[in-house]
Amino acid sequence: MTEWPLWEVFIRSQHGLAHKHVGSLHAPDAELAIRNARDVYTRRNEGISIWVVRSADVVASSPGDKEALFEPANSKVYRHPTFFPMPDEVKHI
Amino acid sequence: MYAQMVDTGLKEVRTADDMPPEERAFQARIDADIKIEPKDWMPEAYRRTLIRQISQHAHSEIVGMLPEGNWVTRAPTLKRKAILMAKIQDEAGHGLYLYSAAETLGISRDQMLADLHAGRAKYSSIFNYPTLTWADIGTIGWLVDGAAIMNQIPLCRCSYGPYARAMVRICKEESFHQRQGYDIMLAMSRGTDEQQAMAKDALARWWWPSLMMFGPSDAASVHSGQSAAWKIKLLSNDELRQRFVDQTVPQADFLGLTVPDPALRWNDETGHYDFGAIDWSEFHNVIKGNGPCNRDRLQARVNAWDEGAWVREAAMAHAEKRAAGAARAVASIQQQGRTA
Ligand SMILES: [Fe+2]
Ligand SMILES: [Fe+2]
Repeated sequence: MTEWPLWEVFIRSQHGLAHKHVGSLHAPDAELAIRNARDVYTRRNEGISIWVVRSADVVASSPGDKEALFEPANSKVYRHPTFFPMPDEVKHI
Repeated sequence: MYAQMVDTGLKEVRTADDMPPEERAFQARIDADIKIEPKDWMPEAYRRTLIRQISQHAHSEIVGMLPEGNWVTRAPTLKRKAILMAKIQDEAGHGLYLYSAAETLGISRDQMLADLHAGRAKYSSIFNYPTLTWADIGTIGWLVDGAAIMNQIPLCRCSYGPYARAMVRICKEESFHQRQGYDIMLAMSRGTDEQQAMAKDALARWWWPSLMMFGPSDAASVHSGQSAAWKIKLLSNDELRQRFVDQTVPQADFLGLTVPDPALRWNDETGHYDFGAIDWSEFHNVIKGNGPCNRDRLQARVNAWDEGAWVREAAMAHAEKRAAGAARAVASIQQQGRTA
């Protein structure tokens, strides 16, 4: 028999943060994936909401594209507020 | 440890001269404490060694449920029973986190379980000893989970991202295991004469096997050098064992229990406890499959797998049937849309 499909599990904690990837598990369908995720990843009040996504449906960037994707941001330091020194006399900015 | 003897498949530690450029870049990332992630290039030996190590660790978590499961129906109170079940459930979770980490390296969980069930994969020697009395459950939490924590905390910093992240989750959950064990030992060592005798007997039986959990002495650990260079082993077996002894002996003293080692004494010069020689023939014998419970443990695993097959198949068949039903419903709505 073939293995149950793999699912990625995302949990949102109580503090209003975004769902965060916590791990994966095997389950035959979405309903059981959620139930299993409850049992495995929220035994100590870690979350109030669960997302599950079939691992096969996740599209990821590849390590080889790292430069093409992320390199352009390196030269654009003016995107950070610290790029603009402010005179000491100027407040609340 | 939970992975006591991991073969790297290499005879000597790889040096920069042995390495092609991509491997040199890989090693440089490890040296700079940058995590290796599943899709990154890695040497085959690193991948294979990690699969061996992580799957041994995962197998230990789930086989470790068996000696404790032996006491669920006989726990002395409802509270102790609930606590023990929560601990055992955690161990199942630990197995799952670790199998998932290993799967990112390109092996299926079914394959890992098949290797375990066929006797091709190892798990920790410690789980091949029997749990004879309730004090054994206390001693396992205190010593076995204690030794596991000692080994797992450094692994939170290991070079492979998914393994490191699994270890962080596991470490968060482990300290409850050790404390509930010590709590049982506190109750028993302050209990009736009979309970005190059980506590003493359990420590006498589990002490040496617990020290063996850290694996062979450094002198006999041929593969540690490469594993250290890859940062999948951060402290040596003997270092971890010494830390464990130093930490545990005062805890035994507090319980009023004597560690069964006549050579054990505090050494003012080294600032550590000296302890007696370990009987490595017993260790190798258990690893080879001749411990008191090896056969039982493996049989219990195989039975659980075989007897659960119909559940796995039925759940999958049900999911497929529902998915097919939903697809048919969508198709008929589309069909109606076209004919209308
Ligand atoms: Fe565990
Ligand atoms: Fe544990």
